[in-house]
Amino acid sequence: MSLLKYESQIREPLVDGDKNYHQITEDIIGPIETNPSRLWYIGFAISIALLLFGVYSVYRDVAYGIGQWNLNKTIGWGWDITNFVWWIGIGHAGTLISAILLLFRQGWRTGVNRAAEAMTIFAVICAGQFPIWHMGRVWLAPFIFPYPNTRGPLWVNFNSPLLWDVFAVSTYFTVSLLFWYSGLIPDLATVRDRAKTKFRKLFYGVVAFGWTGSTKHWQRHESLSLVLAGLSTPLVLSVHTIVSFDFATSVIPGWHTTIFPPYFVAGAIFSGFAMVQTLLIIVRKVMNLQDYITIGHIEAMNKVIVLTGSIVGCAYLTELFVAWYGQNPYEWYAFKENRVNINSPYGWSYWLMMFCNVASPQVFWSQKLRRNVTFTFFMSIIVNIGMWYERFVIIVTSIYRDFLPSSWSTYYSPSVWELGFYLGTFGLFFTCFFIFAKFFPIIAVAEIKAILKTSGENYKAKMTQMEKEDAEKFYIEKVEHAH
Amino acid sequence: MAGGRKKFVVGSFSDEKVLFPAVKNVRKAGYKIHDVYTPFPIHGLDHALGIRETSIHTAGFIYGTLGTATALGFISWIFTKSWPLNIGGKPHFALPAWIPITFELTVLFSAIGMTLTFCYLCTLAPFVKKHHFSLKATDDKFVMAIECTPNTSEAELQGFLNSAGAEDINVQEAETGWWIGRYDTEQKLYRDEVGF
Repeated sequence: MSLLKYESQIREPLVDGDKNYHQITEDIIGPIETNPSRLWYIGFAISIALLLFGVYSVYRDVAYGIGQWNLNKTIGWGWDITNFVWWIGIGHAGTLISAILLLFRQGWRTGVNRAAEAMTIFAVICAGQFPIWHMGRVWLAPFIFPYPNTRGPLWVNFNSPLLWDVFAVSTYFTVSLLFWYSGLIPDLATVRDRAKTKFRKLFYGVVAFGWTGSTKHWQRHESLSLVLAGLSTPLVLSVHTIVSFDFATSVIPGWHTTIFPPYFVAGAIFSGFAMVQTLLIIVRKVMNLQDYITIGHIEAMNKVIVLTGSIVGCAYLTELFVAWYGQNPYEWYAFKENRVNINSPYGWSYWLMMFCNVASPQVFWSQKLRRNVTFTFFMSIIVNIGMWYERFVIIVTSIYRDFLPSSWSTYYSPSVWELGFYLGTFGLFFTCFFIFAKFFPIIAVAEIKAILKTSGENYKAKMTQMEKEDAEKFYIEKVEHAH
Repeated sequence: MAGGRKKFVVGSFSDEKVLFPAVKNVRKAGYKIHDVYTPFPIHGLDHALGIRETSIHTAGFIYGTLGTATALGFISWIFTKSWPLNIGGKPHFALPAWIPITFELTVLFSAIGMTLTFCYLCTLAPFVKKHHFSLKATDDKFVMAIECTPNTSEAELQGFLNSAGAEDINVQEAETGWWIGRYDTEQKLYRDEVGF
């Protein structure tokens, strides 16, 4: 019996300090029940300001048309689609942590999965804004869904990757939301049952859906989580695969490559983990959750960053090699002249991407740096910049010199409203996240309790003794009798 | 909606190691455990209580196949019957190009269907209110509720639970079903309000 609770001493504790079940509830639910700190208000105010700037930029997009962006006939996709792919990619880490690491039985996911899943949902909401407002005549947006209509009925083109994207992103959002919320229900019930004020009793009473913690309900809940994880795993791989199809199924040099799907997925996870680091390093500090989001968690995520960063680096070099080896003059020109040539108009962005995504994460081979919180925070920003530039390089450097040299368009830079739209999604993202951090349990309380007795620091300390006793018992019962 | 009012003897446990033998002993003694409420899933407790495996994953599979069929059926009907598009003379029935959407709809149907089934089976929805035997059941206690039959001696059962290691033992008369209600107000059952 006791050995069921055994976990090797080599593994770091996942919950630090002397904790019991009630203490975990106090630590995580406590901040919800107090007034937020000044830092929270400052952060929230900045987010709202950015959001309002974004709302105004989008208002102008609708009122004056997207002609106010600096896009032109040659560069038809610029910041807008770059930002879309970037935000979608960021979402992927949340699903990786919540679904794939659940299937792989990685205990450390419990500390970070809730926040990462929330990040996924907010990032997908932000991503969705770009294609929607890019439509220009946004009131026609429902046309992207196949519903019976009086225009024929005229249907959407099911053979188009852009439509696959509609299905992939909306499915991804829905499934992530269901997964996240079904995990939240038991924790919201915990908040409800502690609630002292009328508002909290009402609000958490409604959102906890009347959860009681019945054994049968838990059994179904476990089964649901496992199957949703099993569904989300191929789903998350499919989403960025399909996003990459937007490019890969075209015949534009620089886009028309079969390496795109795996390369996009690895890049998505890479950038997503960087964003998780950025958020969680702030959250653990501001909300005093260092015991639950430990240095061990940060190190584990840095290991994922160095792995996926190296995969991305490998993909960049493969792509370059194949462009040369494939002997297609247009493909090779796109790489050699539009990207690698640092003196070309956008050459600098290629090398910035190479530096941020390939060279810089390699520092995480050093354990000392992996466990350095300040340095990790700095690196997470670098990686996010790098991954934004990856999408920018793919999109802009592939199209700014098209097949007709007279229509080459070399100096694309965003207008203030393009920039405003991008900053606005930051505002949206952080506003959502600040509200989430204030009103919802930012760490999965029930899941932490479930791993406490195997991975809590105070319990682990007793395990050496436990192991010894069990070995002795085993020897006396099994081995001695055999002789 | 209403499960009817019944009498329960309720005891709380704070350690899984005490809970498991207690569940075994209570069942052996012939008492009927209504339910055990826990703050997190405890593996093996469902087996200890003699609850059968859930089939919710089977439901998920059925919803998934429904999604596959919907996607393939709908797209093929549109592209071969309703409005065939001539795209460079390529076949109307372009199965490989439909795989992404078919896959997405399989996952979507399965996930939504399963979650709704889960909510239905566990009666989870906004504004659903249930009786909670102990508010600690979502914090740090494993709360066992034993249903009293006309033959049960409450005092004896309380003593038995005490010897099994339970704390905070009490007798409650409770509604086992659910009703539409709010948690910020004390509510009488509808049945009690209209008086029948």
